[in-house]
Amino acid sequence: MAYSDKVIDHYNNPRNVGSFPKEAPGVGTGLVGAPECGDVMKLQIKVNVDTGLIEDARFKTFGCGSAIASSSLATEWLKGKSVDEAAKIKNTDIVNELKLPPVKIHCSVLAEDAIKAALADYRDKWGKKEAAAGAAAS
Amino acid sequence: MALKFPIFMDSHSTTPVDPRVLEAMLPYFTEKFGHPGSRNHPFGWEAEAAADKAREQVARLIGARDPKEVVFTSGGTEAINLAIKGVAEMYREKGTHIVTLAIEQRAGLDVCKRLERQGFQATYIPVGPDGLVDVEEIRKAITDKTILISVMFANNEIGTIQPVAEIGKLAKEKGIIFHTDATQAVGKIPVDVETMGIDLLSTTAHMIYGPKGVGALYVRRKNPRVRIAPILDGGGHERGMRSGTVPVPLVVGFGKAAEICGTVLAEEGARLRALRDKLQDKILSSLDEAYLNGHPEKRLPHNLNISFAYVEGESVLMGLNKEVALASGSACTSATLEPSYVIAALGVGSELAHSSIRFGLHRFTTEEEVEYVGDRTVQVVTRLREMSPLYELAKEGVDIKSIQWKAS
Repeated sequence: MAYSDKVIDHYNNPRNVGSFPKEAPGVGTGLVGAPECGDVMKLQIKVNVDTGLIEDARFKTFGCGSAIASSSLATEWLKGKSVDEAAKIKNTDIVNELKLPPVKIHCSVLAEDAIKAALADYRDKWGKKEAAAGAAAS
Repeated sequence: MALKFPIFMDSHSTTPVDPRVLEAMLPYFTEKFGHPGSRNHPFGWEAEAAADKAREQVARLIGARDPKEVVFTSGGTEAINLAIKGVAEMYREKGTHIVTLAIEQRAGLDVCKRLERQGFQATYIPVGPDGLVDVEEIRKAITDKTILISVMFANNEIGTIQPVAEIGKLAKEKGIIFHTDATQAVGKIPVDVETMGIDLLSTTAHMIYGPKGVGALYVRRKNPRVRIAPILDGGGHERGMRSGTVPVPLVVGFGKAAEICGTVLAEEGARLRALRDKLQDKILSSLDEAYLNGHPEKRLPHNLNISFAYVEGESVLMGLNKEVALASGSACTSATLEPSYVIAALGVGSELAHSSIRFGLHRFTTEEEVEYVGDRTVQVVTRLREMSPLYELAKEGVDIKSIQWKAS
């Protein structure tokens, strides 16, 4: 199977590989997939609690080249977005950008799941404090 | 010597044609193009003589006493189909049960599954963690309805060599026909249908530096005389077992390839084993949690199959594929999108099946290539582990199996 240039680029030069401490302020972590299925993605966002914007993102992926590329691309797209905007990233956007063939669509689905899981974890851990901070300010 | 890229190390899928083989074949395309079935002119005689010589060369490589026992086919898949279906149809009155291995090549498994849909029964014997079958398990599976034992000689993924002679003995004792798919073994390790008690043997030319598109089924003529029903109806070529014009250039190539293998087998096996061991040592001594798949000794000398925990096989291949041609048991590299059933059958867990890489050395593999491939594999796996969440968890001391994974 031939890979698209963008998949190859992300595979060779993955963006934002790494980890944040899970309990650091504003960090949300998503861990999706399963080892026996051959794909596991860990995706993390670091949100500025004051502005509500995603300042930074990291990923680590166990999976094929397309899975690595999908998660690498996701971290690029997440940076600078608000939490609400980030929730609008769709797997089809990733498919189109990376020109993934049909057999690799599940990689993009997993990346979307990872984004959602990271956002949910962020909301769970820090959303209340954000809301509390907002209430205190008003 | 400067390395030439890409390096081919996928010799369980195919091998390059040996230049001596090609040279032997060439006259049979243009000058000596006759049909071996043409009995009344020199073109036919010449073609028949060439096919007969090839038959002898193949017979000699597998220890067949009579060249007539060699039936040419289009390749290994057809030979396997002809063997199993041919016996099933011919001996249906006698019984409808087949004993085979869970790790047979696709062709063997799929033929048995088709026969099951047609009223036959098949028992798929599991293998141990080293890929070896326990002959006692075969014995226990045999019933009074068993007409065929079909066990591969050596596995195409992990290279494990089955106790063929023991199985041949058991088959003889029980009066059951014994077929072995020897596509990976013939030409690489000693194979002898007489001393090993083999009744039917499938083989193919392109695994032994011959051309693609030709193979053979050995069909025993004496002690016992094995009869098989043909799959193809037609002119009754190949003693009625395989109709269709014998592709003379291809069989000439097959014969020459077999002859060369017979001459160099011991020396080539020793050379490749030394290179393979070097590759294995390099990789296993440089990386933690890299596991050898298959039996450490009872395996093909040119085979190496390793699972690299925490990295997925296709991503390893992708890191190497401009430089080295390899294969993986990962789901992403298979047509069925399932991880290797062979590695999974070893009981190692499917995550290690996704992580398996197969190296296949061959006649033209050099020491420089082995060194290069070893170094690059270590580099690529190391890089991928740095971006693997599983490796990170393992290094933190988390038991990956304790996590509740949610498959999407």
